[in-house]
Amino acid sequence: MTEQKSAPEELKKEIKVEETPKEEIKKPIEEKPKPKPDPRRRLFKSDRMIIVAPAPHNKGKHSVPRIMYTVIAALLPAIIVSLLLFGTKAMVTILVAVFAAMVAEYACNKIMKTGLTIDDGSAILTGILLAMTLPPSFPIAGTALGAVVAIVFGKQVFGGLGANIFNPALLGRAFLQASFPVKITTWTLPAFAGVDAVSGATPLGQFFSPDKIETPVRELLLGNVGGCIGETSAIALLIGGIILVILKYADWRIPLSYIGTVFVFSGILWLVNPAVYPNPLFMVFSGGLILGAFFMATDMVTSPVTPRGTWIYGIGMGIVLMVIRVWGGLPEGVMYSILFMNGLVPLLNRWTRPKYFGEIQKERKK
Amino acid sequence: MKLSTFKKGLHPEDYKYFSHDKAIETLPLPDDVYIPLQQHIGVSCEPLVQKGDKVKTGQIIANTSAYVSAPVHSSITGVVKDIEKYYHPLGMRATMIHIHREGEEEWELLEKIDDWKWTPKEKLLETIRNAGLVGLGGATFPTHVKLNPPNDKAIDSFILNGVECEPYLTSDDRLMVEETDKILLGMAIMMHILDVKKGYIGIENNKPEAIAQMQKRVVELGYPFTVVPLKVKYPQGAEKMLIYSVLKRKVPFSKLPMDVGVVVNNVATAYAVAEAITESKPLIQRVITVTGDGVNEPKNLMARLGTPFKNLFESCGNVKDDVHRIFMGGPMMGMTQYHLESPVVKGSSGIVAVTGDLVEEVSTFPCIRCGACVRTCPMDLMPLRLSKFSQAKEVKKLEEFGIMDCIECGACSFVCPANIPIVQWIKVGKIRVQEEAKKAKEKA
Repeated sequence: MTEQKSAPEELKKEIKVEETPKEEIKKPIEEKPKPKPDPRRRLFKSDRMIIVAPAPHNKGKHSVPRIMYTVIAALLPAIIVSLLLFGTKAMVTILVAVFAAMVAEYACNKIMKTGLTIDDGSAILTGILLAMTLPPSFPIAGTALGAVVAIVFGKQVFGGLGANIFNPALLGRAFLQASFPVKITTWTLPAFAGVDAVSGATPLGQFFSPDKIETPVRELLLGNVGGCIGETSAIALLIGGIILVILKYADWRIPLSYIGTVFVFSGILWLVNPAVYPNPLFMVFSGGLILGAFFMATDMVTSPVTPRGTWIYGIGMGIVLMVIRVWGGLPEGVMYSILFMNGLVPLLNRWTRPKYFGEIQKERKK
Repeated sequence: MKLSTFKKGLHPEDYKYFSHDKAIETLPLPDDVYIPLQQHIGVSCEPLVQKGDKVKTGQIIANTSAYVSAPVHSSITGVVKDIEKYYHPLGMRATMIHIHREGEEEWELLEKIDDWKWTPKEKLLETIRNAGLVGLGGATFPTHVKLNPPNDKAIDSFILNGVECEPYLTSDDRLMVEETDKILLGMAIMMHILDVKKGYIGIENNKPEAIAQMQKRVVELGYPFTVVPLKVKYPQGAEKMLIYSVLKRKVPFSKLPMDVGVVVNNVATAYAVAEAITESKPLIQRVITVTGDGVNEPKNLMARLGTPFKNLFESCGNVKDDVHRIFMGGPMMGMTQYHLESPVVKGSSGIVAVTGDLVEEVSTFPCIRCGACVRTCPMDLMPLRLSKFSQAKEVKKLEEFGIMDCIECGACSFVCPANIPIVQWIKVGKIRVQEEAKKAKEKA
């Protein structure tokens, strides 16, 4: 990181413009006798600086903080719905996670002496995403611990933003899942669902339990079901997710290939035996798939950069998710499917190098 | 109608409104010109004049016998003051011939060609070489070399490059509107030399006047050319991109356009060819756009080669006080200038002065692997990896990832949200690869 920061200094030289004698400035240009051309005389009249730097001399308008804050803004509809559903509990969880993430980021900046990075928005985003994956009844201390683990072990130990292999928020959640397996699977039903703060199961949990209750898709879309803070209302998540795709801050291939694989895979199972397997729409809209596909799998740092790699990444996540959901021990597998494919991203980037413009096929085979 | 274009690329704000409707004005003759001995790709010329010699406009003042080269002419009538190192617009100090203007303008023209259609091709090529013609789009490759491909390359198409994809620049645009006939004549001459039947004129769609004018004159004069309007996208003016846009042919890795049977030339070159063949005028002037928000009156000027940039700015109402950067060429690939005594050279298509409003000073973030550069790179490279390898001096990896294929268009640096100087690092990497190759050669 330090080397990158030093790059502009290395490449850019500011050259100070020398002052011309004052007599020359006073005279209007017309009257001035043509001075003897001296190549060493600089032409600017003041002592201002001009920049001498290699091309390009203009710049697109995108920046890292802009991307981060746009993703946060795209999460707002889902946050609002979760506040309506779960009330203050959800708000407290989100605020605690964001605050803990920022404190951890600040502490790491100080210890690692890297310069402050809390204002780039990535720590806030990690905090929000972590909170979105927790049940509203999760203890505050656990939330804070998860956020600290997400920032410190999910991001900063690798060298900060851009250097991490795994999605920090999901790494934090994986840590919490291992540490508090019971607490993290104790769900609160939303306020609308009848009595306030009643423990209940998620739609996926209900389906893969012996009772086999299939929640209607309409309920899943509105979010009137049990589950984590941010993974209940599919419509609110889709609004934000589609905005991100339109702005090109999320690669459209990732949600399409991820959700598409889940749809096709579960569709085949459903056609084979509708009595045992749920219908594909239920599979797509239940659990954290929409949240994961639009906001977590598309995390730029931990997703491939090449188009072909992105397709493989998305399809791989879909397959891992289906295997965990249908045959695995857990009812939900979005987190593990994304983390698993995150680990393969460096390899995908290497294997799926795009063919150069005009590259000759023979040369490549050698 | 769907316009043809190439894949990827980007569309920066073009800022052509500063000067796109300003007719070309002729700059008054400068009192002093500084003419670099090398204004082209290839072998540098040797001066043929000495200090104190009288020279006429159009007289060859430096030449060489090497094939890939082009002679240099005096652009004014006067006396050679000295031959010394001055500031070259490409950022170094280079030997230039300093001529002071004296007396009435006298011309020394090229050998007259009566009817180019009945003149042997060798003679035409010789005239083009003697006229000092090089690619005026900015690459400055000697035109007579381009027009004389080896016999084993079958050329079937000729593309005239009127794309001008760089923001700010409007010199080609204005030339196409005002000197349509001469450009078409120059194109016909070049196609005659190459013995090519199919001619295309590629123009980006943001120059409707030039497209309309070209289409009209092509029909009226009965030329068998096709005007191809192209979707506005950078870097379409790059030879390889343009060939793909117009003909959908891909120039293979490390090959030249002639390997796919195409020759590309710029409209300004076509204009100069027509002047050289029909009016026997050597290349002593060119159209240069003086523009940017740092210039008080942006203009398109017909300037003599060797005119210091200072003179150009003076005739355009001088630069503003808060000017931030001055560069020759467009903002994507242009060279920053730190000295206004630097002269106009054959490759100067524009000189742009911008204030801080347009070029922001930006801070760098670490790479977040967003893939914007990969999605934009017109050559389908992975700029983020090249820039990393260049910083780490991994020369083998650089070659493996095709660094030498990079056309240095700067699109990756433009789109990078982390503001990483990607193309700048790639340029450094290219030098590293070349140095390594040199070392290997010395060892062997």
